[in-house]
This record gives sequence, C-alpha cells and structure tokens, in this order.
Amino acid sequence: MTPIHDRFTPLQRALHWLMAICILAMLFIGVGMVSTVRPDYLSLVSIHKPLGIVILVLALIRLVVRLMRGAPPLPASMPEPMKLAARLSHLAFYLLMIGLPLIGWGMLSAADYPVVVFGINLPHILPHSNGLHTLLWNAHRVLALCFFALIVVHLAAALLHALVRRDGVFQAMAPWR
Amino acid sequence: MADRPTSSASTFRSLVLIAVVVVALVAAFAFTAGWLSPARLRPATIVNALAPPGGPALGHRRNHAKGICFTGSFESNGAAAALSKAPMLAAGSYPVTGRFNLGTPDPNAPDATVRVRGLGLRVVAPGGTEWRAAMINAPIFAVSTPEAFYDLLKAAGDKSDPDAMKNFAAAHPEFGAFAAWAGGGTWTGSYAQERYNSLNSFIFTNAAGQDQAVRWSLVPAAQPEVVTPDQLKARGDDFLDADITQRVHSAPQRWTLVVTVANPGDPTADPTKAWPEDRRKVEAGTLVVNAIEPEPDGPCRDLNFDPTVLPPGMHVSDDPFPAARSAAYAVSFNRRTAEDKDYPHHPAGGATP
Repeated sequence: MTPIHDRFTPLQRALHWLMAICILAMLFIGVGMVSTVRPDYLSLVSIHKPLGIVILVLALIRLVVRLMRGAPPLPASMPEPMKLAARLSHLAFYLLMIGLPLIGWGMLSAADYPVVVFGINLPHILPHSNGLHTLLWNAHRVLALCFFALIVVHLAAALLHALVRRDGVFQAMAPWR
Repeated sequence: MADRPTSSASTFRSLVLIAVVVVALVAAFAFTAGWLSPARLRPATIVNALAPPGGPALGHRRNHAKGICFTGSFESNGAAAALSKAPMLAAGSYPVTGRFNLGTPDPNAPDATVRVRGLGLRVVAPGGTEWRAAMINAPIFAVSTPEAFYDLLKAAGDKSDPDAMKNFAAAHPEFGAFAAWAGGGTWTGSYAQERYNSLNSFIFTNAAGQDQAVRWSLVPAAQPEVVTPDQLKARGDDFLDADITQRVHSAPQRWTLVVTVANPGDPTADPTKAWPEDRRKVEAGTLVVNAIEPEPDGPCRDLNFDPTVLPPGMHVSDDPFPAARSAAYAVSFNRRTAEDKDYPHHPAGGATP
C-alpha cells in the first residue's frame, strides 16, 4: 500500500500548500470576526462558512489520497520519540481538518441558523438543541486554538528539519523540486 | 537522506530565525484576535454593557429580555416582488415564528416601565430560505453608530456621574429625536397596536438585478388606543402578555408589511435620520399572528432573530448596525443557550422543534 519514495506526490504537495493557506486564513478570520462589531464582521463570517466547507472537501480528498499513496518514510536518523510525535501530529491534523468544519456546521444546525454556502441551503446535520450548541460552540473555539498551536509547532518543526537537521523531511513536502 | 554536518554558529542562526518566525506568527494572530487591542469594540463588550447593575438575567436574552412567542403566517401579495427576488415576497403564504418583546435586560420588568417594544420575526420560504428581522416601535433609532450606542449604554449605566446622560446628549445631537419620542411620544395598551420599524436600511435586489435601498415597517390593523404611562401602570406588570394572548385567542391579529423605497441620496447609513414622508411605499403583504405561546417553552425562545439572516434578494446596506447587531446577538445567544438550567423549560410543555 505504501510505495517507497522520498517525497510526497505532486498532488499531495499541492493539497498541502493549498490547505495551509486556506486553514491559516480560516483561523485568522475566525478569531478576527468574533473580535469586532464593524461591518467586517459580516464579510468575515461570509468567508468563514464557505471556506470551512472547502477545507472539509479538500481534507476528505487529501485523506483518500494519503490512504492510497501513503507517505515517504521518516529518516532512520530521527529518534523514535520524534517519529512518534510526527505521526501523532499528522493524525491530529486530519482529525482537526475534518472535525472543525463538521463541528461548525453542527453548531449552526443546533442553533437553528440557516446554513447557506455558495447560495445553497445545506441541511441541518443536528437537531435544534441548546445543549448541543453549547458543547459544539465550546469545542469549535477550543479546538481552533489548538489547531493554531499545532500549526505553530508544525511550522517550527518543519523549519528545524529544513535548516538544522537537513534530513530531507522538509524536502518531502517542499513545493518546489 | 544522510545528515549533513552543520556548524554550531549556523545552527544558532537557524534557531533564531525559527524563533522569529514563530513569534511573528503568534503576534499576528494575537493582533487579529484583538488580544493586543483592549480598546477594540468587541461584541462581548457591548453585551456586557447591556447588563443591569446586578448582572444579566441568566438564560435570557441580554436585551429585549421580556417577551412572548407567536406563530402565524406572512401572506404575501407579491407587490414587493418587483423590488426583491426574495422567495417570501412572491405571492403566497409563508410560515412565521416571532416574538413580541420589551427593550429591557430585565425579563421581569413591569410592562409600563419599558418604552421600547419590539417584534422579532422569522419567515420561512419553501426549501428553508429564511428572512429574520428584529424591529422596534421607535420611529428612528437612538444613535448613528455602534460606537455611540456603546457610549449611550455606558452613560445610562454611569451612577457615579449625574451628568453622564446630559453630557452624552450634548455630544450626540442626533440622540435628540429619539429622546423626544421616548419622552413625549404616545403609548398604546397593546402589542397589537404598535407599528414596528426596521430602522436599519437594507438593499433589495430584484430578478433583473436592480438594487433599491429600503426600510420596512409592520403597520398594525388594530386602531392604536392612546394611553398614558400612569394608566398603564395601573394595569399590572404583565398586561401586554395577557392582552395579546386574549386578542389572538379571539381573532388573528394583523399587520401590513410596508416597504419604503429610498430616493437617491436618502441617508441609508444613519438610522437616526428618518426619510421624508413622501417616499414610495409598497404594501408587500400581511403578517397574520394566529397563536401565542409563553416564552419558556415557546418556539421563539431559542431562536436568534439576527437581522442579517436574509434571503437572496436582500442584503445589508452601508448602515453599520446590522453587522454590529448580528455580532452582539450571537454573543447573547451563545451565553443564554449555555445557561439553560437557569431558565428551565417546563417539564409539561413541548420541547422546541
């Protein structure tokens, strides 16, 4: 299932960098929109919802590609705890990329807000419930902040591989050849 | 790939670079979130300022906290379809959920003590497209900007400075028209006799893609019975709920939806400025209220009448209030829905749909 190659496929790299831009923008939009009463609030909310659905779709495509094409092996020089951290962080990324949009969608459903994305009324995926809304709203907020923290650590680790360890891990996902 | 040795000096430079990148990213995030800008007017700041001195009534809306639910229909005559392609403005009958309410953060305020009466509305078209609105009986709004609204809340709640309201009114001359209405306008004895106004301007877009700035009002079919505040005080703390329940029980209550179309140059960004009386008015249909339900188990309780939930064919204008209201209503909604246990549903009543 996992062919041996030393880089992610071009499709995987394209998905990674496209999603990196989408997700970072999403997190900045999220914390920015809830901080203001200015008209920007509505503009940001109107980007946040469709962008969330775009990220969900891209993440599902990416998951399928990952399951089909696998990932290059981590270098033998990496200590085991570092390898474990890398694998766990990838698992966390997939859970968050798929889970956060679903939690947001579920939260809006539980609040009985219409969920309109690209002019389409999406169905409610959960019943109208104050308890569910509260649970999901808290989860959306806390997990989004965790997602940002994970991205910061991921970026620092990537730069460490690129600049200090120079072990090919960064090159495996680098956008260039 | 084999490790390549690196000098300790270049490693140090690399680590510094990584630290700089991390700090810059985190700082940009904190700035965007407003964590470095305590002066930014946040939705939560406005909602906090609405709370009375004893704190908010948990489980309730943070403003317009006293209210009663209704259901009914919007009977559209199709006349406004030329202005907007919104599905509920095409001729037809559309189900409605709404809420009569009082502009107070106290759900137990005596009815005669609250000047502003409101109506929250949700009209649903086939396919689930919604139009939500929240209107009040004042003919114009109190202030021109959300910032001024926050200043008004601060001045009204300022117990340390007896001149706070005087100073606010002096700094905000546009407040005068609203103050004159609040102090001198007529009172009625019934939710059914009030005219409810959008105050904010919105843009309607028709099927041909033409935009029109509009405001709208619900004009009551019931003849207003003018009463004095003293007469109202004698009627008991909850006379409005009893009155509307009794009226709707006897017969459906009706309002005409009147859409007022702006002339070019009419002020759309400032809800303190009324448009001249001669502006074109389109009667779009009739709101029919068929049933009243107490709020604790009523269908309006857990709805957010966010005025930016708009169908295709309607969108916000340059009026800054709908955005600010949407942001603040969301905070109020998030807080009160998390406080369910403080405002119990009655076990015998039906759950909200």
